[in-house]
Amino acid sequence: MQAAERHPSSAADNALKRVPLHDLHVARGGKIVPFAGYEMPVQYAAGVLKEHLHTRASAGLFDVSHMGQIALTAKSGKVEDAVRALERLVPQDILAVAPGRQRYAQFTNDAGGILDDLMVANFGDHLFLVVNAACKTEDETHLRQHLSDVCIIEPLPDRALIALQGPKAVEVLAKHAPTVAAMKFMDAGPHTVQISGQAIDCFVSRSGYTGEDGFEISVPAKDIKRFATALLADPAVLPIGLGARDSLRLEAGLCLYGHDIDTTTTPVEGALEWSVQKSRRIGGARAGGFPGADIILKQFETGASRRRVGLRAEGRAPVREHAALYASETSSEKIGTVTSGGFGPTLNAPVAMGYLPTSLSTEGTLVFADVRGQRLPLRVSTMPFVPNGYKR
Amino acid sequence: MVTNDNTINTANAEDIMTTLFTSDHEWLQIDGDVATIGITDYAQTQLGDVVFVELPKVGRTLKKAEAAAVVESVKAASDVYAPIAGEVLEVNDAVAADPALVNSDPGKAAWFFKLRIANKSDLDGLMDEAAYKAHTA
Repeated sequence: MQAAERHPSSAADNALKRVPLHDLHVARGGKIVPFAGYEMPVQYAAGVLKEHLHTRASAGLFDVSHMGQIALTAKSGKVEDAVRALERLVPQDILAVAPGRQRYAQFTNDAGGILDDLMVANFGDHLFLVVNAACKTEDETHLRQHLSDVCIIEPLPDRALIALQGPKAVEVLAKHAPTVAAMKFMDAGPHTVQISGQAIDCFVSRSGYTGEDGFEISVPAKDIKRFATALLADPAVLPIGLGARDSLRLEAGLCLYGHDIDTTTTPVEGALEWSVQKSRRIGGARAGGFPGADIILKQFETGASRRRVGLRAEGRAPVREHAALYASETSSEKIGTVTSGGFGPTLNAPVAMGYLPTSLSTEGTLVFADVRGQRLPLRVSTMPFVPNGYKR
Repeated sequence: MVTNDNTINTANAEDIMTTLFTSDHEWLQIDGDVATIGITDYAQTQLGDVVFVELPKVGRTLKKAEAAAVVESVKAASDVYAPIAGEVLEVNDAVAADPALVNSDPGKAAWFFKLRIANKSDLDGLMDEAAYKAHTA
């Protein structure tokens, strides 16, 4: 028996970095794998299936400290100057992100492709960015190259990042930080968390990447072990690895950068139009002005030739990343590719997403995936596959 | 993850002598010229929760080391190779219908397929239980 698919790792395994919670992961039975240059737990003793279901039913604690945290501060001291500067790199309306709020964004390139996707929070006096681990060095360079005239770009390597996700996340976190209970989805800001009588200054957002209610919490690295240990002492909480993080985000219809979106896909092709506000589109108050705007905004008018869609299998066999898609059982012409796929434990069925010609992207369209030489039927499905639990 | 659980979890005590193992973590129970094949407890621990099993067609002739079955967890698909050459006589529909059997009873209820052994000499390179225990230690 040999694994036919392996984790996307290997390249630079020799210089793997460790997160501040590494010893805790090992002590909790974490199976450590290389991921985006870090040694990260892919699962714990409970296993991916139970970790996934536990997060949907109760609360799961994820270590996402490998992700990049960046403070963006205007040299003028006015946050609005940092906001306007960042709008030169993203197609989002950042000016509309009020203090204490957060928004999903993308860095685009001149071809309209996506360099990375990120979260942007307005902390009142500066912006707080969370970017993907695999892209963080390039993102920092990109920000320095384009925004150094106006902004100070400050990576925050001394902060860990954890996510507490699931319907019980709020009651668990509020025991230590009562102020978080009043937060709404995508609220973000500094909160004081009390762990055994000691105050820890955290940045908390009510968000995450599982489709559930929950929080992402930026914690000083020196305090993270105490914090995580206190959360894990709560009977509602289990530690959750990257395996379940992937199956949870897939069921929630959320893109994984480098798989579902990358430098060759535009926000329109990636079905992320909802994330580009009207003010940045043609006719908007601040239309364009970001890399690739001509290409992306034209696609808003004329449509793109291909589109990211959700796919549900008719049978039980998971259809995984890289599977080729065909219009019929016998056609030899490949029309698309699966970019993420696996088994959805909550649906108890296979789920996937991938790219199809826009003409074949409507809900219910039947296509076929090549899996080990067989053509398996899939139907285009709306996403999320599992209804989200966001606290709006 | 290196598991410390080396339980092999094969069938009855009298079968132990006729149960062989591969370095790819399959077990073969030999009964005359028929081999029943499954994956070991060590293998299912490594895989995690099994959500899908695809079995070969009855009547198919398998070459030694040919991909014969597929076992999938939430996160990955793994091939099960024919440890020996032979014709598929029977497959275990129960394991296809309930893939979790691979986790709960890998050494017995979750057998995958039965082969008519083409060459007895194929068995020569396989491990006995003691050797397999050492292999996974």
